[in-house]
Amino acid sequence: MTDQSTAPLVELRDAGKSYGNVRALHGVDLTVHAGRVTCVLGDNGAGKSTLIKIISGLHRHTEGEFLVDGEPVRFDSPRDALAKGIAAVYQDLATIPLMPVWRNFFLGSELTKGPWPLRRLDIARMKETADRELREMGIALDDLEQPIGTLSGGQRQCVAIARAVHFGARVLILDEPTAALGVKQSGVVLKYIAAARDRGLGVIFITHNPHHAYMVGDHFSVLRLGTLELSAARGDITLEDLTNHMAGGAELAALKHELAQVRGVDVAELP
Amino acid sequence: MSTAQRTEPASGPPPVSGPVRGAGRPLALRLVARPEVGVFLGALAVMVFFLVAAPTLRQGDSMATVLYQCSTIGLMALPVALLMIGGEFDLSSGVAVITSALTASMLSYQLTVNVWTGVLVSLVLSLAIGAFNGWMVVRTGLPSFLVTLGTFLILQGVNLAVTKLVTGNVATDDISDMDGFGQAKAVFASSVDIGGVQVKITVFYWLAFAALATWVLLRTKYGNWIFAVGGSKESARAVGVRVDFTKITLFMLVSFGAWFVGMHNLFAFNTVQSGEGVGQELIYIAAAVIGGCLLTGGSGSAIGPVFGAFMFGMVNQGIVFAGWNPDWFKAFLGVMLLGAVLINLWVQRTATRR
Repeated sequence: MTDQSTAPLVELRDAGKSYGNVRALHGVDLTVHAGRVTCVLGDNGAGKSTLIKIISGLHRHTEGEFLVDGEPVRFDSPRDALAKGIAAVYQDLATIPLMPVWRNFFLGSELTKGPWPLRRLDIARMKETADRELREMGIALDDLEQPIGTLSGGQRQCVAIARAVHFGARVLILDEPTAALGVKQSGVVLKYIAAARDRGLGVIFITHNPHHAYMVGDHFSVLRLGTLELSAARGDITLEDLTNHMAGGAELAALKHELAQVRGVDVAELP
Repeated sequence: MSTAQRTEPASGPPPVSGPVRGAGRPLALRLVARPEVGVFLGALAVMVFFLVAAPTLRQGDSMATVLYQCSTIGLMALPVALLMIGGEFDLSSGVAVITSALTASMLSYQLTVNVWTGVLVSLVLSLAIGAFNGWMVVRTGLPSFLVTLGTFLILQGVNLAVTKLVTGNVATDDISDMDGFGQAKAVFASSVDIGGVQVKITVFYWLAFAALATWVLLRTKYGNWIFAVGGSKESARAVGVRVDFTKITLFMLVSFGAWFVGMHNLFAFNTVQSGEGVGQELIYIAAAVIGGCLLTGGSGSAIGPVFGAFMFGMVNQGIVFAGWNPDWFKAFLGVMLLGAVLINLWVQRTATRR
């Protein structure tokens, strides 16, 4: 909430989601600004997935407000979200492994030519565009016909990010893009997150790694048990605090206190 | 990694050390690794085998008969293959053929109307069955195997029961003297004279539909979506592919094929046996699988099933022309299916090995 210079692209106000009796998410406030990286952190089951499903249009919120460009919205499908410039890049379901790179790049937004009964894919233009966009992102592939499943995890993420950027995404949702990657590959992906931010996109970076988040983030929201535990701008929080929150700092302190009541545990030596 | 090696000839000179590769080998291997090419070679082998074993097969008339047999399987194998690439099955396709033929026949006969009325009503009913299958699958998320097994049993029962109820017999009445029959026969079941050989019109439909299906699959948005929904439904939906639309229309495409073949059967034989069609659905599926379509979806072609159907037709008629006991047909088919699948697997592994 520190950057009031521009109106937020996406804003959640006291938003929540229930699946039947299960309240997966409640009371979440979140703002996404252009050219800023908003990090959403949380342990498994904290409600991160539910949050991105709401923003990307896979599920509808059941509580609170969801605004895009200041207007309340209710998305019926990811197509609606895409039409508003909100694109999600998923950790595991971003691509179709058996399909060639260029077909994956344009899937769902294929370029076509010709009048209706003969309307066909403009393959040359699609290949050329995909190649150019990937090169701009620093990915050079020898063969765009190769199935995308043959690329490494980091490369696949980058193709997905390049795709979203190409299709005019203003808000990029990245679901744990570094979770399954090694150190080096994670670095590559973080670089593209920074690149996307510098191109003026609002980025929602979902992760459970505070170190990765702190490297690129401008604002940090920590989810716990389906609600916000912390929401702080970069200037208001240190990496140590963030890590502490992620590791369940408050719970650990309480545990430490309890342990102090028990004889035989030397709490002074605990961190 | 395989791609790096494959593109070597294009991007620079091959490495000096290591085994020297012939310039043509990667291309040839890549070609053979295509399932369509594998099944083409298989079909060629079966054809040569029977041409040697059954000399009478070498005449034009015999070949036309073989092709006719192929086309009736192939016409259905095409949409079944597309559906399979889209990640679903349709076990009701065999009896749906009979359902459409029965509908057209009985409706025209009982109401004494022009047969075209029956043909059109039958088309609407067939498409409705396909839409129901597709709707059930996308709506419930149940495996299409179960949903269409249900439809299969329903149609099988309805075919028999309704036919007996209406005609008092297991077959429909002869409609060959009804209004519009000649016209409809010309469209669905006529023959074309090619150099003195009568070739059934279904052969031309078969090849034309195969060409159309190939174009749709590789060159249109819809084709792209078929691969996508079969490869990964969730990913496809997440990037904005209309998954439900694609799946439902694929089921409707199969039922359109069933209607088409049903109309051919009706106007070729004038009557319909209500108990037929059972087991045909597996023949269609087998032809698609032999044609290199992945059973789990996401990969395949429209031309592969053409060769798959050709193998079936060739064996079916080849046994007859060779003068063998036709009781062996199914056993032969089973061996061929397993053989084709194993060879495909072996070739793919060899060709993609580094």
